[in-house]
Amino acid sequence: MVGNMTAYLRAATNILVHVPDLVRYGSKPWRETSHNNKALGDVFADLRSFDEVVDYAPNQAFIGNLAPEKLNEIASPWYENSPPGASPKGVFGEVLPQEIFYSLLELSDQFGLFMFDEQHVAAKLSSDAASALLNKDKPVKKHRQEDILQCIEAGEALPLFQGRDLVGCVRRDHEFDESLDARVLLENLAAKASGAFALRHLLVQEDIAPDEIEYVISCSEEAVGDRYNRGGGNLAKAIAEMAGCVNAAGVDVKSFCAAPVYAIVHAAALIQSGVVRNVVVVGGGSMAKLGMKAYYHMEKEIPILEDVLGGVAFLLSSDSDNSPRINLEIAGRHTAGSPSTPQVLAETLVRDPLARAGRKISSINKYAVELHNPEVMVPAGAGDVAATNYKMLAAMAVMGGEIAREEIPEFIETHGMPGFAPTQGHIPAGVPFLGHALSRMRAGTLQSTMIMAKGSLFLGRMSQQADGASILIEV
Amino acid sequence: MFKGKKVIALGERDGVPGPLIAECLEAAGAEIVFQKTECFV
Repeated sequence: MVGNMTAYLRAATNILVHVPDLVRYGSKPWRETSHNNKALGDVFADLRSFDEVVDYAPNQAFIGNLAPEKLNEIASPWYENSPPGASPKGVFGEVLPQEIFYSLLELSDQFGLFMFDEQHVAAKLSSDAASALLNKDKPVKKHRQEDILQCIEAGEALPLFQGRDLVGCVRRDHEFDESLDARVLLENLAAKASGAFALRHLLVQEDIAPDEIEYVISCSEEAVGDRYNRGGGNLAKAIAEMAGCVNAAGVDVKSFCAAPVYAIVHAAALIQSGVVRNVVVVGGGSMAKLGMKAYYHMEKEIPILEDVLGGVAFLLSSDSDNSPRINLEIAGRHTAGSPSTPQVLAETLVRDPLARAGRKISSINKYAVELHNPEVMVPAGAGDVAATNYKMLAAMAVMGGEIAREEIPEFIETHGMPGFAPTQGHIPAGVPFLGHALSRMRAGTLQSTMIMAKGSLFLGRMSQQADGASILIEV
Repeated sequence: MFKGKKVIALGERDGVPGPLIAECLEAAGAEIVFQKTECFV
């Protein structure tokens, strides 16, 4: 043991927010409509309804109503073959409609950035977590439609729609500071509001009072700050405040898509070393990635599947409560001197840390790799990311003499799963499986799972490197 | 085979990174005019 305490994974939540009318503000649709004059009308035509998003089998897997492995039994395409019995309420999550999310956005704003008019009426509050957030004394200020239009026409605000209806706008907060541009602020506040919703959902789900939480780590990707400190961050504390975690300190952990795994390792280390007794790791949704592959999907007459924000929240605690432990002795690290090839990443994140503990790759029941939904990825020519990663792990097992080459498919079926997470960058990074893992471990059907994620550091132009992190969670 | 050829090397995060493709082809005598790694997730 590294310290005196042990860190346990106590609870997990995965949430989705259906935001069809924010797809236009995703990075790719925004670029295509702003600069390349591609028609936004086409985007409207291919967007899904809330019911279609709820029914979608990968989304049911994400919120805990369907085992990810069951997706292998559902005929492709999944968007045309939804299994019966879908619900917006999940075993460990839920799907939130856009109308309620707009109210959460308004609640997340302490600077008068959002202006909603009388037309915006939040849908009936069927969400306990959203109710818990929105039952505050803050009066909701309604604005006149002409004032909203004036801000939009002056170029100071982005319009917000509900279907074809203009219901409000989000304003910039500085004339010249690009970091406080309306779209940047919307992106940051969407991460804050969806992160706070995930955190509050976790607390409602587990019947935990918000003031019991001592520390929050955000693994969200947004670069929060003004022009002097773009990326300065601490979205964690803003999320904790919004969720009512008044006794929580907070900090952000960043490493592109690898951040959630780092955040879990850091959280477990804080608990194990006795600094705090509990930590919530939270990730809000990425508006920039909405509609990232929309034009590929439209070309192939597939609905625009990137129409949801994802959110995750995990409670780690020094109290066991029949929970699996975070085994910090088997935490994979990819060092600055290591090549950034998939093989070296698999070696440093999986093979080597297990070997140091005298364990084999095949001794771990389930691996949770980058769990991007292949139905989003493959039509865009980006490949089945989860399957590619499992093949690499199986190849490692072959090279180590653990299995025969012909046993690769069986290894992948036994130790892997199909991707089921929305393509929201950090959200699919192994962690969406944690809710499933927790249920199975408490039921005695799973002993161990290794979560691994990779980060594309080269995207920031600071280094040509990739990155990665992994951690073992076991009974 | 690559000697004297101009090469654009496009790598991928879950595949082969751009700098590695460039290094291999440079060793084989190619001239790398552009190399980049992209992430499709």
